[in-house]
Amino acid sequence: MIGADAIAKCLIHEGVDTIFGYSGVAIDPFWNSVGKENIKTVLVRTEQNAGHAASGYARTLGKVGVCAVTSGPGATNLLTGIATAYADSIPLVCITGQVNTDQIGSDVFQEADVTGAAESFVKYSYLIRDVRDIPRIIHEAFYVASTGRRGPVLIDIPCDIQLKKIPDFEYPEGEPKMRTYKPTIKGNAVQIKKVIKVLENAKKPLIIAGGGVFLSGAKKELRAFVEKHSIPVVSTMMGLGVLPSDHPLYYGMVGNNGNAYANRALRECDTLLMVGARVADRAVATPDMTFDGKILIHMDVDPAEIGKNVGPTIPIVGDIRHIFEDFLESDFGDRHDTWVNMLDLYRDSMKEERHSSTEYVNPQNFVRKLCMALNEKYIYVADVGQNQLFSCRNVIMRDGGKFFTSGGMGTMGYSIPAAMGAKAAEPDTQVVAVCGDGSFQMSMMELATINQYKFPVKIVVMRNRYLGLVREHQHHDYNGEYNMVFIGDEPDLQKIAEAYNVGYFKADNMKDIDEMIREFLDGDTTSIMEIMIDPEENVAGV
Amino acid sequence: MKKIYSVLVENRSGVLSKVAGLFARRTFNIDSLAVGETEDKNVSCMTIVSSGDDRTLEQIEKQLNKKLDVIKIKTFEEQESVSRELMLIKVKYNKSNRREIMETCQAMKADIVDMGKYQMMIQICDTPERTEHFVKLLSGISILELARTGTLALSKCEM
Repeated sequence: MIGADAIAKCLIHEGVDTIFGYSGVAIDPFWNSVGKENIKTVLVRTEQNAGHAASGYARTLGKVGVCAVTSGPGATNLLTGIATAYADSIPLVCITGQVNTDQIGSDVFQEADVTGAAESFVKYSYLIRDVRDIPRIIHEAFYVASTGRRGPVLIDIPCDIQLKKIPDFEYPEGEPKMRTYKPTIKGNAVQIKKVIKVLENAKKPLIIAGGGVFLSGAKKELRAFVEKHSIPVVSTMMGLGVLPSDHPLYYGMVGNNGNAYANRALRECDTLLMVGARVADRAVATPDMTFDGKILIHMDVDPAEIGKNVGPTIPIVGDIRHIFEDFLESDFGDRHDTWVNMLDLYRDSMKEERHSSTEYVNPQNFVRKLCMALNEKYIYVADVGQNQLFSCRNVIMRDGGKFFTSGGMGTMGYSIPAAMGAKAAEPDTQVVAVCGDGSFQMSMMELATINQYKFPVKIVVMRNRYLGLVREHQHHDYNGEYNMVFIGDEPDLQKIAEAYNVGYFKADNMKDIDEMIREFLDGDTTSIMEIMIDPEENVAGV
Repeated sequence: MKKIYSVLVENRSGVLSKVAGLFARRTFNIDSLAVGETEDKNVSCMTIVSSGDDRTLEQIEKQLNKKLDVIKIKTFEEQESVSRELMLIKVKYNKSNRREIMETCQAMKADIVDMGKYQMMIQICDTPERTEHFVKLLSGISILELARTGTLALSKCEM
């Protein structure tokens, strides 16, 4: 058995069934060994998308996504995928081939110091120098990626180590013993008591739920808790879908791109429980001001997030699911009907109805109509830009729905490969990617992968011939002097669809749009729906 | 505010760059940094002196704790620790200032560890404050080279 065989065996032990990646000389032994195992391999069209696809896969199943690429340019191309996963705490194990051990540092062909380059956006990285370390390192990597605050772990493996004989292979069992890594899982009992007491006495309690709720698999527990005590909930962008959109206790998304009534709830509450949300600048632009005079409870698995952007009244470190399980054991009466009634009033009276020109498709209404037409189980992947903001302000989340987007890093081109990864993970789920004409062109090459491996996804392209969100920014901040935002009429998406052998629909305006959406979503096939948006349409107020 | 971080790390290649990289990436200050093996040769001790507001100083500890090569962190203020810095200074001397230099050394408990015809090397091992003060006292003479270790510190003994 050689090193590469050992890696493949380790991956089987970890329950890996799909790997996204790209080949190259320095990772060839690995692919050769993986080819002998019962693992599906997916050849993407550029390495960055292997990271995004693994991310879509990980978010769908709540397990570690795996990608593997070659050394040098393969590894550097993957960096954006890794950084994107890191910003949203997505568990990945990323394997990169490396030049032979004795060549490291001598600038040979396709050599790049990828562990060095990726240091500030991996949870941890390994450069394997001894073939005997393979089982321990892979075992640790999966453990580190999938526990505590999730995140990507990079394993760089020189080609000669992959080819070296491994004397005896034994996969370690149980939790790895690492003296430097002991994530806090259970919440501190004293802190939990304090929180319950505060919530019991709160007149205007509010929960702000972030992506951490999904990462810890706490959706069910959170819902049970808020229903038990009728505590209102708002979400961040990463938290979209923690409760269904029509849930009586759900009051929208906060932030500068969020719903006005959600932000109002945030301003007016007296006690705020922040759950798996990191007080990012786009969610809470001025934390010290927003939280002034409120009781702030910050719950996160990562102690460093607590107090980073705002000092909480009560910090509570631990896994959200575990903490909510403990919360659920508490019993207290709730006395905040007036607060809930007030929020209902805000929600009903502050609905944003936007009227765009009838010449074009109204993106807000389109998103709602699209969501209404989706299957019971669906994954909505929004890209980055205006399409993302139209999406998260108007997306309708139901019980069987998931919403993915590149929240922290804001990586354009995320939606198509992530949707592909989601479909690879759950073939029976309807997966729709919504992107703009800019982001579509950043990853449209994956149409070939989607077809080759039969991961049918529905792709909406909001077309306005601009990098719309930056145009909008220049409209407001640079007196409408547009620079580097006009992206033109090419390519002809109908011809692209034809070239890649996928379905094509085009809507110029809202006429017969319901019918077209139905046809577009019909059948488990890949199709593109191009919708023409008013080039001057803005997300933010008129 | 100033704070001293005594950071025990796994003695592996690349750890120094990871820790230094963390400070650079999050714009934390490094006022001084000293690294060496501990009594266990698998473990190194990094003594980092940093300064910043309370939130920053707390973040430094939390972010360091997230690094998987960091075993343990102790933080303390200067007065809660015994801290020392070693400094070597090569100066140019002449007949007229030789005596004065030697007197300054004596007063500050610095040693002359090497001597040439026109040059001498002074060693001082003292608190960072006093070594800094010593450099100031030498301001009248020509300093040719200066090297210092950075602060080493351990928390004071338990009473």
